[in-house]
Amino acid sequence: MRETRTMATSDTGGIEERLPGDYYGHGLPYLPLGDYPGKIIAIEGTDGVGRSTQIQMLREWLEVRGYGVIETGWTRSALMQPTIDLAKASNTLNKLTFVLLYATDFADRLEKEVIPALKAGFIVLSDRYIYTAIARAAVRGVDRGWLRSLYGFAIAPHQVFYLKVDVETLICRVLESRGMDYWESGMDMKHADDIYESFRTYQNKLLKEYTAMSREYQFNVIDARPRVEIIQDELRRRVEAFLAPTA
Amino acid sequence: MLNTLTRPHEYPGKLLVVEGVDGSGKTTQIGLLAKWLTAAGHRVFLTEWNSSALVKAATRAGKKKNALTPMTFSLLHATDFADRLLYKIVPPLKAGMIVLADRYAYTAFSRDVARGVDRQWVRDLYSFAVKPDLALYFRVPIEVSIERLLARRVKLKFYEAGMDMGWSSNPVESFRLFQGKVIEEYDRLVDEYGLHVLNAAGTITEQQRTVRQLVARELEGIDEGDEDDGDE
Repeated sequence: MRETRTMATSDTGGIEERLPGDYYGHGLPYLPLGDYPGKIIAIEGTDGVGRSTQIQMLREWLEVRGYGVIETGWTRSALMQPTIDLAKASNTLNKLTFVLLYATDFADRLEKEVIPALKAGFIVLSDRYIYTAIARAAVRGVDRGWLRSLYGFAIAPHQVFYLKVDVETLICRVLESRGMDYWESGMDMKHADDIYESFRTYQNKLLKEYTAMSREYQFNVIDARPRVEIIQDELRRRVEAFLAPTA
Repeated sequence: MLNTLTRPHEYPGKLLVVEGVDGSGKTTQIGLLAKWLTAAGHRVFLTEWNSSALVKAATRAGKKKNALTPMTFSLLHATDFADRLLYKIVPPLKAGMIVLADRYAYTAFSRDVARGVDRQWVRDLYSFAVKPDLALYFRVPIEVSIERLLARRVKLKFYEAGMDMGWSSNPVESFRLFQGKVIEEYDRLVDEYGLHVLNAAGTITEQQRTVRQLVARELEGIDEGDEDDGDE
């Protein structure tokens, strides 16, 4: 199947030519993937949509069924976490620098955690993938073509589940749980002094970016408005349908 | 897609960069150039590769633990570059100053590709950079570079010598192999990005004379308020 893939063209850096499990674009030439038994399942969605709860439950279920699972998530790389935390606290970085710091974090996890796990046959559950990074940067005015070329070293996940929610539901859910925070409200973008207004404007823009990417990257869209258990059932049903032929 | 690296910038200042492998003499030359320009009454700002405070911490930690892969090495340097570009390079250019950069994006194009990162990817990565008004490439044969570094009794640095590639456990041999590839990549850039080649074989003074001639030509017409070329 891989042989049918045409080379990504240099003028776009091309994320568009891809097969699940293969590099999106130029990839890591020094690290050819070959065939491997593992799978990447990415769970995407904006802040407060309930990703981590769903991932926890999904992991439990997969493990009971005998699958080896590892989890990975943003800013968890050993290399970059201290630097990113420092950058967030000091608020001195410009948007491009932020994008690149996150990309470095992603690259570190990809090479040190994800690829070894895939080769060893694990299911990698990724709490967000490159799409959140692209969405956040795009709404801050970073060139979309450049972002796609940058993340051309990423592997196209075998499945991307996008937990979709409307902004009204999201607002209530976030307020019920931990409240609105500075970054998730996009306060750095200075849309409004008021955190509520800022959150609404910012998250609306983010949701639009996800929707736009949903076709481009073939998201599996899941309605994230119902109760946790209902979402989980839907998620399991679809994961099962994907894994069943090889299970 | 952005492509400011290949389009002339519109800032009133000038961006001059030096490139070349370690031991090519570029740092000595840019130092002498800075003295001359300052003496001539120009406002000069000097910036070095991989020097922003934030990223330095991560690079140091990564280097110490030998934890950097070719990709994270490349991305960390790009992060540092983006930080310096926006905080250190663009403001002086807007203020009409002369910015001297000891290494620029071309260093990434040669080093990262020598490590196996995709050639086009790294070019796209740096497409947000500002196009230099003059880029000088100090080309030396690899043996000359090694000779100079060893004569200075400097310990060859782990990543500089490409020890992370595992091509040789002998630092000098590793440096020869790795920097040899770096030079090959630099050579590709000469036509692609219009680098000005200086064969770094002459004496320091001879080379500096050539550098000053090239720079003087580039600065013609810049508002410096002092036409004296200094005392050459």
